[in-house]
Amino acid sequence: MNPEEIVEKFKSKFGAGVLDAKVQTKSGGVSKTQYHFVWMTLERPLLKDAVRFLASEWQPHLSVISGVDLGNILELTYHFTVGWGVRLGEIPVSIRIDLPKDDLTVPTITDIIPGALITEREKQEMLGIKVIGIPDARRLFVPETFPEGVYPWRKDATGVQPEHVKKLWEVGRLKLTPTGQGVAVNVEKAAAPSAPAKKENAGAN
Amino acid sequence: MSGGAEYSVPVGPIHAALEEPVLFNFKVDGERVVDVEVVPGQNHRGVEWMGMQRNPVQVIYLAEKICGICTVCHAYSFVRAVEHISGIESTPRADYIRAILAELERMHSHLLWAGIAAHEIGFDSLLHYTWKVRENEMDLREMITGNRVHYDMFMIGGVRRDIKQDQIPKILETLKYYKDNFEKLGKLFLQDKVIKMRTQGVGVLTKEDALKLCAVGPTARASGVPKDVRQDQPFGAYLDIPVKAITPDALTGEVHGDVYDRIIVRLLEVKQSIEIIEECLKRMPEGPILAEPNITRLLIQLKKAHGEGIGRHEAPRGEVYHYVRMDASDKVTAWKVRAPTYANVMPWVPMLKGQQIADIPIVAASTDPCMSCTDRAVVVKEGQKPYMISGEELHKMSVEKTRRMMA
Repeated sequence: MNPEEIVEKFKSKFGAGVLDAKVQTKSGGVSKTQYHFVWMTLERPLLKDAVRFLASEWQPHLSVISGVDLGNILELTYHFTVGWGVRLGEIPVSIRIDLPKDDLTVPTITDIIPGALITEREKQEMLGIKVIGIPDARRLFVPETFPEGVYPWRKDATGVQPEHVKKLWEVGRLKLTPTGQGVAVNVEKAAAPSAPAKKENAGAN
Repeated sequence: MSGGAEYSVPVGPIHAALEEPVLFNFKVDGERVVDVEVVPGQNHRGVEWMGMQRNPVQVIYLAEKICGICTVCHAYSFVRAVEHISGIESTPRADYIRAILAELERMHSHLLWAGIAAHEIGFDSLLHYTWKVRENEMDLREMITGNRVHYDMFMIGGVRRDIKQDQIPKILETLKYYKDNFEKLGKLFLQDKVIKMRTQGVGVLTKEDALKLCAVGPTARASGVPKDVRQDQPFGAYLDIPVKAITPDALTGEVHGDVYDRIIVRLLEVKQSIEIIEECLKRMPEGPILAEPNITRLLIQLKKAHGEGIGRHEAPRGEVYHYVRMDASDKVTAWKVRAPTYANVMPWVPMLKGQQIADIPIVAASTDPCMSCTDRAVVVKEGQKPYMISGEELHKMSVEKTRRMMA
């Protein structure tokens, strides 16, 4: 399988729906053997058909979905690899769609690739997109105490603001309050009794 | 022991055995796990966000600190991605030094894991033996990089320290030590009756589930998925030195996808790493170790870089995937890190379903998670007062199971 073949297959299937396609070629080692990456930008409604097509033609592995805030749009890239299992046979295929900021929705692909759930959940909480039909929409990595409506990877007003960044050298450590689930130890207080004891010893000497 | 009533058993969220916290919510019926939910994010550090506030050279050091055990793989993946964007190619000698570092990391990581696996089932003398063997390799990495854990060896366009001629005899001597000990380790882990009883047929992940849930690394390979970045899309020195993905049938002729198979894969990979390092030392070309030794000039070049790149590497736990985008600015525009444990979270569910509570530690540890569990556990029955099981108690249950099976 070569990378041009993948691009050709997508172009013959989706025609003008493939907005942009490029093959990136790199090499390394002493032998300077080449390897390739395929990048494609598709029209937004084609995403699910494209993933289905990819899954029917090859046996794709979904590595991750990445997302970038580019001002007016959010760019989502689905990073697949195809052709694994053979030396030098694998090609990463990255399929990209653009989401306008006023409609940040995307269909789930977990019905085609169940393993996509974890990365879809992460995109929801980090970028503030909505994955339609996601089987589990809860937060994944972001803690429950994190404010609603703040999305760490956004670069607009919903992103991380300076007041969210806690500088420990300025504010000190969090004061712990008992949660009833265990014993909270205040490090400063726990350390306190030993300090005067030392002083007494010093005086005695 | 089944009373029909289901209990929920959270295990976590604070780590005990490895690093990083994770919470498991188990539904159990008697001793049997009926369902499990994995809840990561107990301590998300926002590393990607921090990276997007820095320049690419600063991010290398941050990437190394993602993990103490696989510090090479994150730095390697990140610099590869940036090299793809900027067009700065690493020198051939640096490619070989990178591969040597990566394979040393795999050896130590697999040995570390093997020790923990032995500990989880109560075989502590084997834990101490394995970690004693691992120490030699830690010393070797200190000699090469100046540090046992975080090496800071990687730079865009190469590495920061050379492997000198007078260091090579010591490296060969250490490799010989591992070759001499390999037979013994193999015998201890693979032929011991107790280990077989506790690991064969336990924590099974079928090939179908491994593919469906996007498993990576030894977890996927033990289920018969021959996936290894060094084989599938080699890079650097791996382009010159062929690597074959190891599946358990290489040794036994069969694939079961259980914990035992994961031990086989990791042990064989230690041997494979020794061979790769020897080959690297034989073939290592002379030449510079950095494409651009002047950091200021490098930064000026990187400031003009525009585009996106993918950096991949086969870490000890599986495929690491870094996506980087740069837009001719002094900061990295986007950085997405996909560590192997991220991909191996979902495969935990079919592995743990149907197992006994006493098998939780060994099954959970069998993917070699870069986060861990079992510091404490709470058993809750609907409408009743919850009670706690400590990590130690859970560990004790696992050890007792071994004792029962030996009796």
